[in-house]
Amino acid sequence: MAYNLKQVMNKPERLTGGHRMCAGCGAPVTVRTVLRALKPEDHAVCCSATGCLEVSTFLYPYTAWKDSFIHSAFENAGATLSGAEAAYTALRRKGRMNESYKFIAFGGDGGTYDIGLQSLSGAMERGHDMVYICYDNEAYMNTGIQRSSGTPRYADTTTSPQGTEMPGKMQYKKDLTGVMAAHRIPYVAQSTLTSNFKDLYEKSEKAIYTKGPAFMNVLSPCPRGWRYNTPDLMEICKLAVETCIWPLYEVEDGKWKLNYKPKKKLPITEYLKPQGRFKHLFTDENRHLIDNIQEDIDKKWEELLKKCGEDS
Amino acid sequence: MSIRERLSGNEAIAVAMRQINPDVVAAFPITPSTEIPQYFSQFVSNGQVQTEFVAVESEHSAMSACIGAQAAGARTMTATSANGLALMWEMLYIASAMKLPITLSCVNRALSGPLNIHNDHSDSMGARDSGWIQLYSETNQEAYDNLLQAIRIAEHKDVQLPVMVCQDGFITSHAVENIELLEDEKVKEFVGEYKPDHYLLNHKEPIAVGPLDLPAHCFEHKREQAQSMINAKKVILEVAKEFEKLTGRKYEYFEKYNLDDAEIAIVIINSSAGTAKTVVDKLRDNGIKAGLLKIRMFRPFPADEIAEALKNVKALAVMDKAESYSAIGGPVGAEVKSALYGKADGIKVLNYIYGLGGRDVRADDIEEVYNSLMDIVKTGQIGEIYRYVGVRG
Repeated sequence: MAYNLKQVMNKPERLTGGHRMCAGCGAPVTVRTVLRALKPEDHAVCCSATGCLEVSTFLYPYTAWKDSFIHSAFENAGATLSGAEAAYTALRRKGRMNESYKFIAFGGDGGTYDIGLQSLSGAMERGHDMVYICYDNEAYMNTGIQRSSGTPRYADTTTSPQGTEMPGKMQYKKDLTGVMAAHRIPYVAQSTLTSNFKDLYEKSEKAIYTKGPAFMNVLSPCPRGWRYNTPDLMEICKLAVETCIWPLYEVEDGKWKLNYKPKKKLPITEYLKPQGRFKHLFTDENRHLIDNIQEDIDKKWEELLKKCGEDS
Repeated sequence: MSIRERLSGNEAIAVAMRQINPDVVAAFPITPSTEIPQYFSQFVSNGQVQTEFVAVESEHSAMSACIGAQAAGARTMTATSANGLALMWEMLYIASAMKLPITLSCVNRALSGPLNIHNDHSDSMGARDSGWIQLYSETNQEAYDNLLQAIRIAEHKDVQLPVMVCQDGFITSHAVENIELLEDEKVKEFVGEYKPDHYLLNHKEPIAVGPLDLPAHCFEHKREQAQSMINAKKVILEVAKEFEKLTGRKYEYFEKYNLDDAEIAIVIINSSAGTAKTVVDKLRDNGIKAGLLKIRMFRPFPADEIAEALKNVKALAVMDKAESYSAIGGPVGAEVKSALYGKADGIKVLNYIYGLGGRDVRADDIEEVYNSLMDIVKTGQIGEIYRYVGVRG
């Protein structure tokens, strides 16, 4: 059935409003879009790593989660949810339950690219029937915008501050989606909040209803850390895709597929300009750094096109 | 009729787990507890249990998966030792705070560093304040019996806390001893089915577990958790009574060996109690009033009962197979001395550190301790109270 935003938006919300995430934050939009892809009759156990999402949606005695939810620590959403999934398998095998459950974990880039990578890798390799969603906001936002391995090169963060000798983070962003694709799990995808959420919704549906482990990396901007105007969330996401710094693609049973190819790739300055974390790059002496970023994007985009069997 | 067998301590634990047939086991191998998940995964492979075995990539993930599974409504078990337990540390506290009745077989081994695979109690003693009930086992039989009782204690409505059943690495885990097993059916009946009040996979009542808990509520939750540990004392005795009816084997908070009329005594944990009992026998043969108290339940700590049991002793040595680097002794020493304070004053108490890193504990070592106690009784002079036995230099 063709994607219909109005219809999809009429599905019951599974993450209620009134939680404490910031205005203009991508994470709750990501979560709601993913959960909307659940069939209303299916139950779910959701899990979150420690982070903004967890502390803002489940502050005792309130929870914004309508489905069962568990948080245990920062680095172990993969392992924690794999335990719940194992319980489900065992209880069904023993005839103690019949209902259908889906298992969905959420972690930020801190809980996923960095401290939780081992636990995620283990859970995916073991083949649990679960989905892991990384809401990638490219730094440790919950503790106050420290760099992560998901922070892009030259971004200004509180532990990679731009100064007189160093123009922000000196290292490249880790290719986590590629790392997860190398696990050869049934479904891996990269997405963000664009085109009426169609891309994210359809990928979530696929991830949730593909048997076995699935991983999705969803760019979910943070207005505090990226320093953009809060109403511009969707515009920022769109620019990430149009400049090809965050391409939309999926890897299904090892087959790479590009989901969107801009007619004309926009220059990266369009994406960097509205974000305060890159403001220091727009000086005469730092101009060459933007050229570096552009070269890197072009190189990676060509590599991706090749993997997806697309012409450049 | 019970079944007479010859099993190592690890085999005894694995057999108990087969008989319990838990819903989920998540474990990562580490010497000397490796055999437990090995034996158990063979039971899974042969269809002797219906358990979902999760071969996790680390002990941190083992305990995390146990938490996820138990919260989801599954009876969950694991096993580990030393650094494995240390890697679980963060999650041990979370498991107990979530009131999840997970059971863990801890095969005691020296915690690094330096790296050492042999027995002492530095691993589980380090976890003594993690909110887990701790039961210690002198023999393979006790390890088996304690694990069966642990399920009932952990899941009791007034408790709902995780339980750690400890035994000595290699000394009992790898030594084959005679053992009496219960029939599978009797174990099944004794442990019953796990029926939590609230769990993630209850579609009639979705729940949220593991909140951010700020000062307005967190203190009350910690107080409730402490109450569960207080409640555990009564439950542990009730379960032991029921177990005794089933097996004839009696369990209490601790075992008293020739203690009632003893003038000198030692307090000890796990397998070295066996060595010490032979020394007590020898001393008794020579007319010396020597006794022993072997702690089974270290968490909760039976302070009043220990003070009562030791009140007539003149000189006492508390044996610690773990350092606490407090410069005044080990963890068992600290607990016992604080238990005696104000309730059994005037006893002269030594605290010995022994057997670290798997150093053999010989009867001669224990005898040396009793000889020191005899000297203290004779001379009234106590001297240094923080001592080592069996160490060179």
